[in-house]
Amino acid sequence: MSDTILNIENITKSFPRVVANKKVTFDIKKNAVHAILGENGAGKSTLVKILYGLLEPDQGNIKLNNKDFKVSSPAEARKQGIGMVFQHFSLFDSLSVKENLILGIDEKMSYSDLEDKLENISSRYNLPLDLDAPITALSAGEKQRVEIVRILLQDPQILIMDEPTSVLTPQEVESLFVTLNALVKEGRTILYITHKLEEVISICDTVTIMRSGEIVDTSSTSNQTAKTLATKMLGQKLEDLKTNYGHIKDEVNFEVKNISCEFNDPFLTDLKNISFQVRVGEIYGIAGVAGNGQSELMDILTGENINIKSGSITFDNKKIEKYGPQKRRDLSISFVPENRLGHSAVPELSLSENILLSQFPKNNFIKNGIILKNNVDDFANNVINEFKVITPGNDAKASSLSGGNLQKYVIGREISSKPKILIISHPTWGIDAGAEHSIRESLIELSQNGTSIIVISQDLDELIEITHKISVIYDGKLSKPFRTNEVEIEKLGLLMGGKNE
Amino acid sequence: MNSLFPSVVSRSQSSGLMNFFVPIISIVLTLITGSIIFILLGFDPVYALYTFFISPISSTYGISELFVKATPLALIAIGLSYCFKNNIYNIGAEGQLTMGAIFGGGIGILFHDTNAFWLLPLMIFAGAIGGALWGLIPAILKTKFNTNEILTSLMLVYVALFILDYLVVGPWKDPFGYSFPKSRPFSESGRMPLLFDGLRVHFGLIITLFLIFVSWFIFSKTIFGFQLKVSGYSSKAARYAGFNQTTLVFFAFAICGAFAGIAGLAEVSGPIGLLYRDISPNYGFTAIIVAFLGRLHPIGIIFASLVIALTYLGAEDAQLFLQIPSAVGFIFQGLVLFYLLGAELLINYKLTYKKLL
Repeated sequence: MSDTILNIENITKSFPRVVANKKVTFDIKKNAVHAILGENGAGKSTLVKILYGLLEPDQGNIKLNNKDFKVSSPAEARKQGIGMVFQHFSLFDSLSVKENLILGIDEKMSYSDLEDKLENISSRYNLPLDLDAPITALSAGEKQRVEIVRILLQDPQILIMDEPTSVLTPQEVESLFVTLNALVKEGRTILYITHKLEEVISICDTVTIMRSGEIVDTSSTSNQTAKTLATKMLGQKLEDLKTNYGHIKDEVNFEVKNISCEFNDPFLTDLKNISFQVRVGEIYGIAGVAGNGQSELMDILTGENINIKSGSITFDNKKIEKYGPQKRRDLSISFVPENRLGHSAVPELSLSENILLSQFPKNNFIKNGIILKNNVDDFANNVINEFKVITPGNDAKASSLSGGNLQKYVIGREISSKPKILIISHPTWGIDAGAEHSIRESLIELSQNGTSIIVISQDLDELIEITHKISVIYDGKLSKPFRTNEVEIEKLGLLMGGKNE
Repeated sequence: MNSLFPSVVSRSQSSGLMNFFVPIISIVLTLITGSIIFILLGFDPVYALYTFFISPISSTYGISELFVKATPLALIAIGLSYCFKNNIYNIGAEGQLTMGAIFGGGIGILFHDTNAFWLLPLMIFAGAIGGALWGLIPAILKTKFNTNEILTSLMLVYVALFILDYLVVGPWKDPFGYSFPKSRPFSESGRMPLLFDGLRVHFGLIITLFLIFVSWFIFSKTIFGFQLKVSGYSSKAARYAGFNQTTLVFFAFAICGAFAGIAGLAEVSGPIGLLYRDISPNYGFTAIIVAFLGRLHPIGIIFASLVIALTYLGAEDAQLFLQIPSAVGFIFQGLVLFYLLGAELLINYKLTYKKLL
């Protein structure tokens, strides 16, 4: 008897510039919780989007119960018995739970039928719901329950859960696991997408590990430990490092001390007691899987958010935690946030105009409120030449540049102002290999000339290549720093998966 | 088979040339639609369009009238550009205009028997202050309480109109006015000087051209103009740059209110000469169309104000010679806005028909 419900064979899906899934092949057993584990960008989301009919594969076959399975929309996928609970909920905030559930159903159903069905589902799977409560009044866990119930109303055989615990409190996680176990007992299959090692071991039966679009391994979780999973997830990335520590001075010029910040928003991560020190000329890396507090921390480091609950930031013996971005630039602190389009640059403006987003005291761009266009243009031309930005000229719109060129331009703009410290988030995110290389080179060169750099990145390879020290952020907490040339990759992997020892 | 309804898909690159042509295309489409409406009403479209768009400006007096109407439209529209560039939707210019007329006109009534060179400048200044203060109310509500400025600025229009109503039937009623709801006339030195003998075009036109020039300078040469623009494109980028967005909101509303207030004062101290109920044929609302038709650009706004001013004149002539209600002018204004927004959408997005399986 075949107990396989889903066969995935040779699925390949490429996007411009990246192959998200390369010949992905594995089977999913019926009546089990099957985990797909991987870093960001490993190809997990692409794969489940294909299963749910949101993307079409370039090649490959999927068989559901040994029959060919091909869907082109989520509605069709649901009809065939596959349901999905997304990480971000799609509920109407102003409507009640009942109204949201009615809206999500593909076939017609009366209110009384619905209520009967709901009562049944609620009690069977530990999913209590207040039907008349408006969605706005619900916690993240309760909203997720609504989403799960909505999918269960269609009686799916396979339930895809995308990072389901990322917005939940520990208690809510417990109760979710009870629900999942009840669903499996009933004969349903759960496909569990995650990057948390602990969860894979505690509730999943089988795990498929993906890295750079490929399947690394599919195996039972029973003989795995967090450590073996971490190694497989990250691969053997440690090569001999040529990072040079010689130029770093003993003097600490940037210190973050016990920063805590609460947001009261399930989609933001509270920061918990974050401390670290950066020395002159040092590149300090902060690793971690997306959504663990990186962007929240970045906003505090740049001064875009100065509403911290406690803690301090000291730079050159000045307390700066209450300074806005411009006041920090006045002290020669420079920053590049993750998003080029609409954050560190405005796509609708020309390259020259984009220079003005980040002004330092010695730039001499403005006199009595009037823009000195010649100075700005000269600066822009300098950046273009020095950082080999490919563009027709400084009057080209930022949106006309490729991602890599625009990133080179933005980073060049910051470096050209000779900052004392550069704080940069995901410096090579979404750009081609050539630009990636030249950006990393510029950062290393900058540090050798005495600038301290803080790099926040999900790309562990990158951090290992360029940083001197590295620590990991997980759930808003920052680990202690490790010297990059001494740390074991497994150690970082465990920390990224939330496993401290 | 393709689906019946198209879906809207973003174009990766919008054409710069088309951006320039949008206003022209909108006007052409408006004329075509207008002709169809005239035909349906049983008029010869050529004659109707001639009556509407050519005959009003075929005399010196007509051209002067065109400038009289275009003056407040252009002045308010350039003020609105400060808001719209910053992505603030100030719909309440009509109220700010009314408040400017009340403040400036109040000075005129107070000094109704004074003849002095300082009177008109003082009235203009008071008009600017009145408009700016009225504009700052939605700014405060927006920045402190996060209210939607579209609603608050619009509602304040009606508040301002009722205040004017109250004043002209109450405390400011002309004691020699046979109980008509109007104020005393301003003294001669409280009136906008006429530019030419026998024509109504007045000094407000010079003020408007001057403020348009100043605005052009601010938009293109100063860091303040740059900050407005960045904040309009992306508030995140503005925050990254460290621009104070609260201050920008205040400035945009205050400047827009001041310009609308001056426009209101120029109306009452120019062609009208006193305060009464209907000082503005919706200039404050129509200027929104002018601002967008002119692509928020100073030169564009000058041309757009002339085009829209023509619809006011054309409506009067149409009523006179074709016996069509003058509301047809509003139809033309509506059509221009409709085609403008439609063309704008199609520049940035395209329609595609999804394949159904």
